[in-house]
Amino acid sequence: MASLKDLRMKIVSVKSTRKITSAMKMVAASKLRRAQSAAEAARPFAERMERMLGTLAASLAGQSGAPKMLTGTGADKVQLIVAVTADRGLCGGFNSSIVRATKQMAADLLKQGTLVKILPVGRKAREQLKREYGQYMIEGFEQLGRKGIVFAEADMVATKVATLFEAGEFDVCTVIYNRFKSAIAQEVTRQQVIPFPVPEQAAKTDSAAKAIYEFEPDEETILAEILPRNLATQMFRALLESQASEQGARMTAMDNATRNAGDMINALAIKYNRSRQAQITKELIEIISGAEAL
Amino acid sequence: MAEKIQFELVSPAKLLMSSKVDMVVVPGGEGDFGALALHAPMITTVRPGVIDVHDGGKVSSSIFVAGGFAEVNEERITVLAEEAIPVGELTAETAAGRAKAANDALNDAKTDREKAQAERLILIAEAMAAAVR
Repeated sequence: MASLKDLRMKIVSVKSTRKITSAMKMVAASKLRRAQSAAEAARPFAERMERMLGTLAASLAGQSGAPKMLTGTGADKVQLIVAVTADRGLCGGFNSSIVRATKQMAADLLKQGTLVKILPVGRKAREQLKREYGQYMIEGFEQLGRKGIVFAEADMVATKVATLFEAGEFDVCTVIYNRFKSAIAQEVTRQQVIPFPVPEQAAKTDSAAKAIYEFEPDEETILAEILPRNLATQMFRALLESQASEQGARMTAMDNATRNAGDMINALAIKYNRSRQAQITKELIEIISGAEAL
Repeated sequence: MAEKIQFELVSPAKLLMSSKVDMVVVPGGEGDFGALALHAPMITTVRPGVIDVHDGGKVSSSIFVAGGFAEVNEERITVLAEEAIPVGELTAETAAGRAKAANDALNDAKTDREKAQAERLILIAEAMAAAVR
């Protein structure tokens, strides 16, 4: 049985933990709001980029000489996995679900005899994948989006991927990130970015896309410019979604932690009161029985 | 001018502008062009330069863009720009600062890719300086 002093100290420590977790929850909630609106504001660009690309691809369909980033190298010997996690923990299963999905995908690919390269984005991805898949890992990025994701950061990641692709380092590139569903739900998403899957309905549903477009200077030149840009846009979207998910996950995790700390304090308080009561009773009995013995 | 054209200017971070206007003059990759309603469908690259939005018989706004793409069809013109700043907010100092940074980048560039990137930055800085004037 812990002494009264021990119990008192434990209650104080759990109380201060609760203060920290509830403060973290509130910080995450305000960051979440900002990250969410940033993710929503970025959607129009990605949508229009997709529409334009759909139109271009439709007009280029069947022609040879289309850029490799769109059609692929024709092989899938080496796969690049871009794993997007956070730099910091304390956000529930946010990081580990990405790591788990990455490990599974890598294991599946290796079993099929495909070479795998992993580009970690975020400190947690590197740390958690290092031990098992360290040999497949290439240098990644950390400390992105400390003051909110900016496009230049996404561009940096995309440029690295594009450089590797042009050097023939890989054939297929997939990004694994947490897609933001709601403040309490994230969805692990695998998205293939190279070769870029052209959204079919984007080209079809838009009535204007049926019109015959003129291209200035020509399709190939525009495609060659737009594809790297599109890669950056996709990365940007993944980073923003991941950022919003991270804050959502942290908010939920910290909310749970705060509640658990509250429960624990209640349980400890009851225990503390009981043992105090027991001690008083014991002392009384000692006094009374001492008096009776006289 | 009865018909108007829907003009949309989008940057990666947000939708900057979406309104019906009379005409938009865009610095296209192969020369400036003006887009009115019922323009023939076209997709083009955009040079770094200034987009002039004409509405009600005058230039209602001028925006500097650092390159991008434009899609025109009968009803609308969509400009995807990586960076867009209203000309009124540009200063000669920012342009000069950019030019210096771009020149430094060119001097530091080792690979062809870095060189091409730096040259692109120089073009943007030059266009920006021209827009300020």
